[in-house]
Amino acid sequence: MEYRPLNPGPDTREHLVVIGNGMAGCRAVEELLARDADRYRVTIFGAEPRVNYNRIMLSPVLAGEKSFDDIVINDADWYAANGIALVAGDPVMAIDRAAKTVTTRGGTTESYDRLLIATGSDPFIIPVPGKDLPGVIAFRDMDDVDTMLAAADAGGDAVVIGGGLLGLEAAHGLSLRGMKVTVIHLMPTLMERQLDEAAGWLLKNALEARGQTILTGADTAEIVGDAKVEGVKLKDGTLIPASLVVMAVGIRPSVALARNAGLAVGRGIQVDDHMVTSDPAVLAVGECVEHDGQVYGLVAPLWDMCRSLADGLVEQPTGYRGSVTSTKLKVSGIDVFSAGDFSGGDGCEDIVLRDASRGIYKRVIVKDDRIVGAVLYGDTADGSWYFDLLKKQEDVSDLRDLLIFGQAFASGGGAADPKAAVAALSADAEICGCNGVTKGQVVSCIAKGAHSLDAVRGTCKASASCGSCTGLVEMLLALTLGDEVQAGPKTMCKCTSFGHDDVRREIVAQGMRSIPEAMQQMHWTTPDGCSSCRPALNYYLLCALPGEYVDDQQSRFVNERLHANIQKDGTYSVVPRMWGGLTNPTELRAIADVVEKYDAPMVKVTGGQRLDIFGIKKEDLPAVWADLNAAGMVSGHAYGKALRTVKTCVGSEWCRFGTQDSTGLGVKIERMSWGSWMPHKFKIAVSGCPRNCAEATIKDFGIVCVDSGYELHVGGNGGIHVRVTDLLCKVATEQEAMDYCAAFIQLYREEARYLERTAPWIERVGVEQIKARIVDDTAGREALRARFLYAQSFSQDDPWAQRAGGAEAEHHAPMARFIPQEALV
Amino acid sequence: MTIAEWLDIGWVDQIPVRGSRTVQVAGGDDIAVFRTAEGKVFALLDRCPHKHGRLSQGIVHGGAVACPLHNWRISLSTGEALGDDKGCTPTVPVKIDGGRVLICRASTLKAAA
Repeated sequence: MEYRPLNPGPDTREHLVVIGNGMAGCRAVEELLARDADRYRVTIFGAEPRVNYNRIMLSPVLAGEKSFDDIVINDADWYAANGIALVAGDPVMAIDRAAKTVTTRGGTTESYDRLLIATGSDPFIIPVPGKDLPGVIAFRDMDDVDTMLAAADAGGDAVVIGGGLLGLEAAHGLSLRGMKVTVIHLMPTLMERQLDEAAGWLLKNALEARGQTILTGADTAEIVGDAKVEGVKLKDGTLIPASLVVMAVGIRPSVALARNAGLAVGRGIQVDDHMVTSDPAVLAVGECVEHDGQVYGLVAPLWDMCRSLADGLVEQPTGYRGSVTSTKLKVSGIDVFSAGDFSGGDGCEDIVLRDASRGIYKRVIVKDDRIVGAVLYGDTADGSWYFDLLKKQEDVSDLRDLLIFGQAFASGGGAADPKAAVAALSADAEICGCNGVTKGQVVSCIAKGAHSLDAVRGTCKASASCGSCTGLVEMLLALTLGDEVQAGPKTMCKCTSFGHDDVRREIVAQGMRSIPEAMQQMHWTTPDGCSSCRPALNYYLLCALPGEYVDDQQSRFVNERLHANIQKDGTYSVVPRMWGGLTNPTELRAIADVVEKYDAPMVKVTGGQRLDIFGIKKEDLPAVWADLNAAGMVSGHAYGKALRTVKTCVGSEWCRFGTQDSTGLGVKIERMSWGSWMPHKFKIAVSGCPRNCAEATIKDFGIVCVDSGYELHVGGNGGIHVRVTDLLCKVATEQEAMDYCAAFIQLYREEARYLERTAPWIERVGVEQIKARIVDDTAGREALRARFLYAQSFSQDDPWAQRAGGAEAEHHAPMARFIPQEALV
Repeated sequence: MTIAEWLDIGWVDQIPVRGSRTVQVAGGDDIAVFRTAEGKVFALLDRCPHKHGRLSQGIVHGGAVACPLHNWRISLSTGEALGDDKGCTPTVPVKIDGGRVLICRASTLKAAA
């Protein structure tokens, strides 16, 4: 930098006073000096007793990758060389706009011609008990880093509250410094403002693999400790010990000074396109400002603002037009990038690529042929390319089909037509990274007769593992065969190229444990699935992991969430369980009382021999359940993909034709199988003789009692397509009938596709196959039965009692009530 | 006396992620307030344009909700039916301020009327 002597004699230039010696304030001065070094006399006030340093590099300092000297932007020589007076460590406390002066805490008063406010932002401290205890800090400046380093030297446990960018960088640094770190995050996924659910899940896994404990959906109740911090208590009662608590839940524009001076302040200090506040003599820049309704907490917008500010100060105004931002997480070894708007919405199209074997998730959001957002995890090499296309608003329609593969691929063929680009690839270009299959191998396999995607997957294995190259293989099929391509298997939904059976097999084979994991491992093409695949995945996981999988309520149809049947007017119908269709005066009285108490307009006997109470309001459901529970009744699951009812006739106890105790057996079977979740609804009936009054031969599992024992029938249906059952076998005892029933239900639970009733399932696989598994294979039958009973040990928990007791109460009550004044008049 | 333009209906985190809560409007239909996986909040009349199903009870995915009655997909930002279906549910402007959810009073009255 050119050296200029300080002005001798009185300085008659306009005086620019800058409040804030941080990144924005100093950058603004740098920009100004670059345009006209002599125009203003400059004084900078800084609250910290330091020269200007790069605040965003505090994370690497904490992590031990850099020292403070490495992150200094402008050292003392710079201030001297440019004739800038620096007042560090004495913050400005007041602005007097009438007198055009500022006054510091130390009592210094300085007059200004133009004032620049660059006070940045303050860390947000959540107002919980114990927030002021020693050992509770924010992560904002070098003092905080020094406190953390001192705590790390002493070792022990640290809690970071906030799983955003800053919190995770703090956690990473503390973890590298040897502390045992727990991150507490209020939201269900990490960095939810920058990452979608899928990327957030990958990030959580990666951090946990590095030894951090990540608690999502965790709400801090208080910070405990006597003279200093000793731990953090969550609202669910969990206590996490800690000798250091870092609050990194967010930042707020630092506006107190401006507000007290009477400047217009919204969320930030309001400025125009030239960074001028409501007072023409006062400017503001950086994280403390609000421009066009936006406040920014990242560094890139600050550079744009400083340019416009400096242009205005030298009277060559250009104007700031807002910024599109991108984020990179500075945790070494974990590559995360996000830019623009990834919330989707109308006209937005998601292009998703997932590569499970390499831990990659890429999502580009396109609207009107332009990129509007991008989220990259694991491979961020193309982040800047996407961001560039986004900022320039370039038309990407020509690149569309190859966009997600990155710049090298999309621009590789040099052709506008993606098919031509694939055609231009050399024969040894790798198509399938998982299985190492080249273009030449795929083409030769197609030439040898693999004329469908499935056939290609079956022979050369291309796209058979993760499926991320499915699009490329399909293009090769089209290029090689023209119109002769055969349609593949029916996929589960538009979110995946896999069918139900593939998805299910992979969930079990790979031991997947959550919906986001399944979507990542199987390369879902949408960020969070749809109303078809989410309930299916939820069921498959539930079935695969009894007692372990945490049911995702938001992936369930409303009836299974509210444990009642939604009706066309938005009210619900409620069916209490009546074992085997038997009831008694207590139950009937309770039902009658509920009907009167809650004004239910109708009660009806159902086809499955139960009483259905109609017209119950959503908010009354918990009270209705409590009343029915009090009379000993539980949920009848008339709403679920689950066991509905066991219909019985009166049997040998009363009927002159009865051969066995069909009601007694019906009650036992219902007690065994109630509460189990299934691919679809499941109905059972037990008839006491071949007259079959319980209509057992149109049920999913039907028992017809005969003198010599029990005929077992499967796969009946009385719906749109009436189907009479197939005879499975005949058994001699009640216990055998129950054992076969349990084994059959489990086979159906494990092997039928979601939303496939037993009738179409059996038609698809053939009743011989079912007989081979249930009747012929004794050990297999026993194992199925054992798995069913094990799963049942977790599912026979009355959902009504849980909810009447307060669980998920928020599903029932409105969030607010609004009585318009108009309505009161 | 001036009437506030925005109705403060509660905290953002009272709405389950990928879920919904309702606001009862005296003398009118409910307003459904949704929160997507990405944390965006939207408000619509709680009524599907098809057969008036309660959208608040549907499965939220991406920026849409599937009506519980007949699985119509409704855009949360415009209220338009997606795919081949045609119809539109009135929307209510939402803003978030300091974690509180505010919905536009005039639109609430108009939609719920």
